[in-house]
Formats: sequence, C-alpha cells, structure tokens
Amino acid sequence: MSESSTLAVQVTAMAGRSVTRLLRQPAAIVPSLIFPIFLLAVNVGGLDSATDLPGFPTDSYITFALAFTFIQSAIFSTMRAGEGLAQDIENGFFNRLVLTPMRPSALMAGQLVGLVLLGQLQALLYLAIGFAAGADFEAGIGGIAVLVVLVSIISVGFGGIGLVMALRSGSGEAVQGMFPLMFVLLFFSSMALPRNLIETDWFRTITDINPVSYLIEAIRSLMITGWDPHALIAGFAVAIALAVGTIAASAMLLRRRMMRS
Amino acid sequence: MNGPYLSAALGVCWRYLHNLYTRPSMFIPSLVFPLFFLAAFAGGLSVVGDAPNFGYYDFTAFQFCFILIQASTLAGVFAGFSIASDFEQGMGRRMMMATAHRSSIVLGYTLGAAARLAVTWTVVTGAALLGGMEVAGGGLDLAGIYSIALLSNIAALLFAAGIALRFRSIQAGPLMQLPVFIILFLAPVYVPQELLTGWIEPTASVNPITALLNAARSLMAGEPTGVLTAFVVVLGMIALMAVWALSGMRKAETAG
Repeated sequence: MSESSTLAVQVTAMAGRSVTRLLRQPAAIVPSLIFPIFLLAVNVGGLDSATDLPGFPTDSYITFALAFTFIQSAIFSTMRAGEGLAQDIENGFFNRLVLTPMRPSALMAGQLVGLVLLGQLQALLYLAIGFAAGADFEAGIGGIAVLVVLVSIISVGFGGIGLVMALRSGSGEAVQGMFPLMFVLLFFSSMALPRNLIETDWFRTITDINPVSYLIEAIRSLMITGWDPHALIAGFAVAIALAVGTIAASAMLLRRRMMRS
Repeated sequence: MNGPYLSAALGVCWRYLHNLYTRPSMFIPSLVFPLFFLAAFAGGLSVVGDAPNFGYYDFTAFQFCFILIQASTLAGVFAGFSIASDFEQGMGRRMMMATAHRSSIVLGYTLGAAARLAVTWTVVTGAALLGGMEVAGGGLDLAGIYSIALLSNIAALLFAAGIALRFRSIQAGPLMQLPVFIILFLAPVYVPQELLTGWIEPTASVNPITALLNAARSLMAGEPTGVLTAFVVVLGMIALMAVWALSGMRKAETAG
C-alpha cells in the first residue's frame, strides 16, 4: 500500500470515529444548532428598526443578521474539536494511539473532517431557516457553493484553535474556558451593525481589527450585495490564514506531545 | 425569626461570601460578564438610539437598566451554582445536620447572593457613568431601579436553588443558567417594547422581565410608569420561586 493511501485510510478511520462520536452526543450538537438560531431570532425581533437608519445596507434585518449564525456555529466547533481531543488525552486514548503507526496529520485531519461535515450541514440548515424567514441571497446558487466552502474553511480555522488549546492544556475544562473569549470576538465585531454605522470610536476600532468582522462581512456580502470581490477576498484571506495558522500550530504541538508520550 | 435561625442563615451567608471573594475564578467572571455586555450593547449599538421613534433620552442609560437587571439575576444564578457544588461535595448535608430549620440555609444563600450585588452594582454603575451615561431620574427613582434589581436577584436565586437542591450536582448548571438567559433576552433588550417586531413582540409582552425592564427604564428617565406593576410581578415571582426552592430543600432532605 502506498504512503498516500495509508494516510487516506488513517484519516478516514479517524474521521469516521469523529463523526460517530458527534452523532452519539446529541447534547453536544443540539445547543450549537439551537443557540445561534435563538440569538438570530432575538436580534431580528429587537433590531429590525435599525434598518430604518440612513445608510443601513438592506431593509431586511434577517438578511443582514443571518451571516453571524454561521460564525457562531463555527465558534462552537472550536469547543467540539478541542473537547474531543482533550477527552482523548485525558482518557489515555491519545497515548495508545501514539503506539500505533497512526500519523499525527491523520489524527488532526480526522478530528476536523467531522467538524467540517457538521459545519456544512449547519450552513445549509441556517440558510433554509433564513429563506423561510424571508432572507435574501443575492449571489444565487453559485454563492451558496462559495458560502459552503468559506464556512468549511472557517470551521477548520476555529476547530484548529480548539486543537491548539487541547494540545497545550490536555484538559477539556481549559478548552471550555476559551468559550467566553470566543464569544467576545463575536460580539465585538460587525455582527449587529455595519462598521460604518458604529458611532462609538473605540468600538469601531476594535471591529476594524477583529478578524471575525471580515468573516461575517464576506458571508453577508453574498446575501446583500451579490458578488463583492473586496469583501470576499478579505473574508477568504482571514479564513485561510486562520486555518493555516492554527493547523500549523497544532501540528507542532502534536509532535511535541507525541514525543513526550 | 428566632436567634438560632438567623444565626444559621448568617453563617451560610458569611461562608458563601468568604468562598466567593477568596476565589477570583468565581467572582471575576460574574463581574466581567455584565461589563462585556454593557460595552457590546451600549458601545456597539449606540446608533440604534437614533432609529425613528426610539424615543429614549440616552442609549447608554437604556442599556444600563437591562445590564443591571441581567447582572443581578445572573448573580442569583451563580449563587445557585455554589449551592449545587456544596451539596455535591457533602457540605450541604453537614449544613442540614447543623440546622434545625433547613429553610435558614436557603435564606443564607439568598442573603449572600444579595450581598454580592454591592460589588457588582458598583462596578457596573461605575463603568456606565464612565461611559457617559446620563441619569435623568432622582434619588427615589434610582432607589426604585436598584430595588427592582435586588428583587430580581432574589427571584433568580430561589429559582436556581430549586434546581440545585433537586439535582445536587454542578452538572445542573445549564438548567439554572439557560432559562434565565433566555427569559432575559426575550424582553425588549435593544429597543423599546413598541419597536419590537415579529414573534418577539407578543413574547415580550407576556414576559415578566419586560415589566421590570420598562419600569426601571422609566425610573431612570425620571418619568415613572408601570412601577407598581413591576413590583407586583417581581414579588409574585419571588413567592412562586420560594415555594419551588423550599420544596427543593425538602427533596434534598428526603435524599439525605
């Protein structure tokens, strides 16, 4: 068997385990599905009058707000990936795996494939809910394909943060402790209003440097504008940088931990 | 209320406050949480105050009333976590053995949860004033706002205590936190009730938190309306939740 086919077998095995583990824990999946929808519903009901503000880019707040549900669910994937790996470390599965010919890259890819699949399913579910509630999607079918690809990369990026946390701490509790910080990233972004309408200077500065703003705006552009190369390039650049950076960091930490084990 | 009863309650209260303020990991999140929401809402959404028909004099003051009630109710919920933790680790059983009237344990946690508000209110109010909040109401109006917040804290603590005493495990934490979080956000958080649209409008109109929030905002503006209704609602919630908490205590007694 060639090296690449061995790697593919390993990744498939680990991905299958990751997906099975997710499906066996509805309590871990359901909140990450429901909570973004709840927050969306609350924000749409409460902030619909913001569309009357001069300069607001659309007259439908649900079209504007739908984008952040994708990011919020990606943030949940940080927890899922991190907790999964931390659990493997805590219960000794990781140490047993080190004794096998399993490659580190297969272990990581396996953890992330489950997340990407769930992220894609969530993206389609949120779109369906958005359409049912009257949201627009200016970019059409092609835009939906781009959205699914972007959400997949974002899921890998946030999942990578979870892996880094798990490999550094080896503790599910420490990964859980990251959750409020990730939430801060979401709330201090352009999730509720466009950046040009944020009046408070310090808040606008934070949203300008917060990468999550660019991820949300890329998804939002597909819904409101159609094809906005500037927003899409910025969003993909941030998503790819996040994914590459966190995967590289987690690969390095994984090698160190395997040497210690 | 006799001496030993009050003495037991004060003992539980002192122990709770001592544990709280000697463990930064316990009290810092409960302070950071409302500050985070104050910054995100009052800072990030201030332009919403310019929306047509918004009609409130200051957006930071508008959001402050929500944050104050939110921080107070969540402080009650966090005290519920301590009850669950104490009963999980066996401390609750020892407290039950040491007191003749077990309701004094619930009273002790209630006093503790209320006492912790002093720090929470100081930090949240200080941050809002630093953020430029204008206070239009007078001293009596402010007393009304903080009274509503205190009573909502007691109602939330009694709700969380009922859960904690039934499950006697910190794993029941989400059952205490989520319903409170949801009911808070189903009130008019971002805009006045009249500007809500869709399904949240009828939901907010039957949500008891809406009455508290509207009254607090009217007091802050120095134009009190619906204050009596708010007090009746929150006292009703306390009466209901007291029954819930005390029946939880009986369940904990039965479990031993």
